[in-house]
Amino acid sequence: MVPTDLRYTKDHEWVRVDGESATIGITAYAADQLGDIVFVELPEAGRTLEQFATFGVVESVKAVSDLFTPVSGEVTEANPDLAASPELVNSDPYKGGWMIRVRLADPTQVDDLLDAAAYDALVVAG
Amino acid sequence: MTDATDTPIHLTPLSETHRELGARLIEFGGWLMPVQYGSIIEEHRTVRERVGLFDLSHMGELYVEGPEAGPALAAALVSDPPRLTVGRAGYSMICMPSGGIIDDLIVYRLGETSFLVVANAGNAAIVSDALAERLTGFKAVLDDRSLATGLLAVQGPLAVEVLAPLTDVDLAALRYYAAAEGHVAGIPGLVARTGYTGEDGFEIFVDTAQTEALWQALLPAVRAAGGQPIGLGARDTLRLEAGMPLYGNELDLDTNPFEAGLGRVVKLDKPGEFVGRAALEKVARDGPARRLVGLIVEGRGIARHGYPVWSGERRIGVVTSGTQSPTLGVPIAMAYVAPADAEPDTVVEIEIREARVPARVVAMPFYRRET
Repeated sequence: MVPTDLRYTKDHEWVRVDGESATIGITAYAADQLGDIVFVELPEAGRTLEQFATFGVVESVKAVSDLFTPVSGEVTEANPDLAASPELVNSDPYKGGWMIRVRLADPTQVDDLLDAAAYDALVVAG
Repeated sequence: MTDATDTPIHLTPLSETHRELGARLIEFGGWLMPVQYGSIIEEHRTVRERVGLFDLSHMGELYVEGPEAGPALAAALVSDPPRLTVGRAGYSMICMPSGGIIDDLIVYRLGETSFLVVANAGNAAIVSDALAERLTGFKAVLDDRSLATGLLAVQGPLAVEVLAPLTDVDLAALRYYAAAEGHVAGIPGLVARTGYTGEDGFEIFVDTAQTEALWQALLPAVRAAGGQPIGLGARDTLRLEAGMPLYGNELDLDTNPFEAGLGRVVKLDKPGEFVGRAALEKVARDGPARRLVGLIVEGRGIARHGYPVWSGERRIGVVTSGTQSPTLGVPIAMAYVAPADAEPDTVVEIEIREARVPARVVAMPFYRRET
């Protein structure tokens, strides 16, 4: 079971909402599928993102994959630890491996995302 | 070209074994192969520091035999197989009349009139067809035993320690690029001191019916030495650090051996005609139009196959392979660039998504084992 306090996308990102702030990362399933993550490219603070737009890339040994934001908003912070320790995305995807924080443009967008049970079902279905 | 969906995917005798070991299986060269059992980086380090076991049953094994097997191969390939002494092996290539590379190969001389040509999985059928055609007129026959032959590799600094107790082949006497018939765990086969990792190691050819038994004998020995099975993912990062080309990335029909920095493989001084001679003599005389170089990315980002390479506003080439080097801890790549930009320490730029990221030309290999 994935953490129940988060919401999820079909593209395997998660979002944790705390008031007007949303923290975004990728799920353990996504990290496992990618394999060893060796590089994460993230936007700078101040950039405005539309829901489901690309906000960066994650690179494993084998491949490069786009990252999609689950919600619209302005980037307030990118995880500074991932530059030196991208493997945090594999080892601690829901905490230390978080990627960006945004100031939510429209909190109602969160309601349309998958809850933990729905995301689990998606992963089980493959 | 046949549609990929029309081509059946071959299973190796070990496909189910890999699955049980937790491997992720992918199609590679027409075969269902393990890409990784766990972490690619961990598998890579295991081979560099200890020892790894590889299933390479997808490789093509083509036996050429007969009184004129040597001269036939000398005419078919760019190297000079008759010059190999019995029991030795040589890196080689089969080229088109244009000099373009059909495949890179290892040729083992098994006897006076008997050779084994090992081709890449994805090219095995093409090489088999081309060799069959090029043997015409020679007293030599081709026996394509790709599907009847299993191949396992034991690679890493502890490879001798792992294999010696299991084999009657004198490993101490077996030099790099040499091969000997013998037994491993009682199974008859050919033991070769060759590999694609930059480490010491062995490749063991057996009858396909014995592949599973050989794997089951080798795996406990490899594990006892702190090793593990290794997938194609780490095989790729290992060969890249070792500066070895991969067909489809660094080598293809539009590339000649001199461009790839492998002109030494082409024996222009050998007697007689061989396919590609005229074109390759011209390249040797005029110099290649582009050169394969090693790059260390000095900015942020990882160079990947197909990314353009720039020098100022001149587009000078393209990346053929790239990854984060597990051993060096920096992004490394191979690229074709204009000869003028191929000198070590030349600074170029790689286009990574929208950005231009600086990279430095370095001499290959990126990694060389201590001997």
